[in-house]
Amino acid sequence: MPPKRQIRVGTQWMYARDAQRALEEAIRVSEDEQREHGHHVPFIRKYVFSTDHKWIGIQYAITALTFLLIGFSLMLLMRWQLAFPGRSMTEIPIIGSFLVKFLGQSNVPGGVMLPEFYNQLGAMHGTIMVFLAIVPLAVGAFGNYVVPLQIGAPDMAFPKLNMMSYWCYLPGGILMLSSFFFPGGAANSGWTSYPPLSIIATQGQTIWILGMVLLITSSLLGSVNFIVTIFQLRAKGLTFMRLPFFVWAQLVTSFLLLLAFPPLEAAAILQLMDRVAGTSFFLPSGLVISGTPLTNAGGGNPLLWQHLFWFLAHPEVYVLILPGMGIISEVIANNTRKPLWGYKSLVGAGVFLGFMSFVVWAHHMFMTGMGTVISAFFQTTTMIISIPSVIILTALIMSLWGASIRFTVPMLFALAFLPMFGIGGLTGLPLGLAAADIHLHDTYYVIGHFHYVVAPGTIFAMFAGIYYWFPKATGRQMNEKLGKIHFWLSLICINCVFMPMFYQGLAGVSRRLYDGGAQYAHAKPVIWSNLFISSAAWLLLVAQIPFIFNFFYSIFKGQRVGANHWQATTLEWAAATSPPLAHGNFAVAPVVYRGPYEYSVPGYEAADYLPQNVPDEPALPPATGGGMLGAAAVAQKES
Amino acid sequence: MRNFLAKYMPPDYSAHGPALDQLNAVVHTLMLILFVIWGLLFAYMLWRFRASKQPKAVYHGTHSHLSTYAEAGVAVVEVILLVGFSIPLWYRWTQRPEPAKNPIEVRLVAEQFAWNVHYPGPDGVFGKMNVKLVSSSNPLGLDPNDPTAKDDVVTLNQLHMQVNRPIIVRITSKDVIHSFSLPYMRVKQDALPGMEVPVHFTPIKTSGTEPWEIACAQLCGLGHYRMRGQYHVHTKADFDKWYASEPRAVANISG
Repeated sequence: MPPKRQIRVGTQWMYARDAQRALEEAIRVSEDEQREHGHHVPFIRKYVFSTDHKWIGIQYAITALTFLLIGFSLMLLMRWQLAFPGRSMTEIPIIGSFLVKFLGQSNVPGGVMLPEFYNQLGAMHGTIMVFLAIVPLAVGAFGNYVVPLQIGAPDMAFPKLNMMSYWCYLPGGILMLSSFFFPGGAANSGWTSYPPLSIIATQGQTIWILGMVLLITSSLLGSVNFIVTIFQLRAKGLTFMRLPFFVWAQLVTSFLLLLAFPPLEAAAILQLMDRVAGTSFFLPSGLVISGTPLTNAGGGNPLLWQHLFWFLAHPEVYVLILPGMGIISEVIANNTRKPLWGYKSLVGAGVFLGFMSFVVWAHHMFMTGMGTVISAFFQTTTMIISIPSVIILTALIMSLWGASIRFTVPMLFALAFLPMFGIGGLTGLPLGLAAADIHLHDTYYVIGHFHYVVAPGTIFAMFAGIYYWFPKATGRQMNEKLGKIHFWLSLICINCVFMPMFYQGLAGVSRRLYDGGAQYAHAKPVIWSNLFISSAAWLLLVAQIPFIFNFFYSIFKGQRVGANHWQATTLEWAAATSPPLAHGNFAVAPVVYRGPYEYSVPGYEAADYLPQNVPDEPALPPATGGGMLGAAAVAQKES
Repeated sequence: MRNFLAKYMPPDYSAHGPALDQLNAVVHTLMLILFVIWGLLFAYMLWRFRASKQPKAVYHGTHSHLSTYAEAGVAVVEVILLVGFSIPLWYRWTQRPEPAKNPIEVRLVAEQFAWNVHYPGPDGVFGKMNVKLVSSSNPLGLDPNDPTAKDDVVTLNQLHMQVNRPIIVRITSKDVIHSFSLPYMRVKQDALPGMEVPVHFTPIKTSGTEPWEIACAQLCGLGHYRMRGQYHVHTKADFDKWYASEPRAVANISG
């Protein structure tokens, strides 16, 4: 009879926690050996054209965070014009005259921003935030770094494809930014690039399309890689229903990218042809631009672009939010010290969300002149898709019941995500009901709605992820005090930015107005809030200083921590601290014995967490994975 | 019900508007209820289950089925919103007014950055147009030799209508996509080149001396922010007087 609550490792019986320690020790020893005897990897292959998923993840993270800051800065410039329409930017304290010089006479003559330039900033803010900041951060950075570790894989399935994905993304991003220096400046037709406006626009639009083609290619390469990796490289015993929810979220996201992006890539090429080759896919007959008939126009349809665009861009919304939900799930399970409540319904809802996201796109187009049947269809699918979102949010909130909540910095961001995403989701309801949408369509209400989803929603999730996995990537922890300052200031400022937008939207103020609505009588009662929003946005920049400082300071000077700093259960924490590059991830391929969130397991007193890779106690029933994997797990346990 | 949102919304002077506002009020009430219940539960749990009060977590969490009922409740309410409000409202919004009500019919042609309003004149027929005839004095390209065009009226940025009489506005665009938005009428419709989409509504209050605003709601270029038109809601007598006295479009065509 084996001793109770102990497990057999080799020939010895020991407690699970001791077994975990022994395993970590074994990994450490093997790594040291690898360091001493490992083959030399040239600098350029290790740090520039790396094929290691961890380094590619870090490359993605640094690049995407840079773009996040750039996209945010463009908005801060716009907020000056909105707060003080027509006032010279030289009046901005300290940096004013420098800014005016930097932006140049062609964009801000005499310090006053031109409407053309305002539109460029708006279009590029949207493009950069969606395609260059959030998606690369959520998928490229977190997906790349965490997924292979979490499924116990040595790397991605196609490391070179992974490298190529990053090296399509970076040139795409640089090309996109460079368009500011072309004659006529960057793209200025909104991130949606509706024709015919985008087709008669300045050269920047051509650059935008070429940049998009590179970015889409990058996403497609990445998504194929993730799908194959998750299907093929899971550790022994890691069945689908034992996957951390983060991996599920990445899997669904990859399918969305794979299936939704090609139509936009095709549409982008069609738009390129309309612009440079004289075709007329999106141009109807009889166009007269500034009094002159457009000769090549005829036979096309501008609505075709909108359908193709939103067929991508609505799934894209879920690409923006699903990885965030995945991160939040990991952080909440870890910091509540209990399993997620309703894991199966979370997974089911995530997959259903993915399917449904392909049949809601035309709710962005209710005002194009839709009949009752089509609008009823898209309203109904839109209401249906809200149900899985409600299920996910409810499961995450109910996970707190019976918890022992540790208010760490990642947990603060994760907790704030819940009500913020709640506001974003709820305000989608009136927009999804076509009749209620008539008044709110294309107003600031829409801007408030999707920013609540993406900014204090997804971006907060990204912050949670950075604070949570920073110790894994660097072996050091970010400063908690600075993290808390960052959190509270950001939370307050970001709400002051986006909450008044609902107020402006209800008043009927259109979006994308160069003067924030100063021309209009119906905007008069609410126009004062523009100054309030702008001030909050500028303070939000100040609130990021503790984060930026903390990030770089902690890389070099942060407190050193162990391999499993958060006492977590999932496989990435079984890998060494800051897993070495170009050596695979695990000294010994991990074997998985249980679900991802076995915290506070009743009857297991050694610790309040039971990692996935620690062998089962004999007292517990054998792993029920089914099929080969289950048999393998049992065989492993008995050997 | 409608009052709590009305404070934040512009005045509503159309026949169909109050029903739309009421839907918005119902939806926002539902949103508030959900948010407050979730928020209170959330705040309670943060306080009740903090680590210092609850050092050991409970593995199984809650066994309550409350959330399932809540989710089902949300689904039921959404069905009611769809079937009871939004779909029928949209159906009515897209129904053309009966000819018996003698609706005014106008064409509205948007361009960067102005609204051209085209009235058919007393004959009720819009004159023929040709894109080759477009000029600064003939923004729509009306054919001066067409007899039905002789009595047409074209105004720039001024839309005239009559109180309590339905109006059908057939919206299109000469160049890029614009969006015809009348916040006080709860009317919005994209102006799409190559397509002519009708919207119809009935103003129920005269605008008086201060005309109301047509706003452009779709980014249409550098002048989007100032693409502001005006509309006047007249009494029958005033409308007839205006319609009779306005100069005919062909008279303005020069060259």
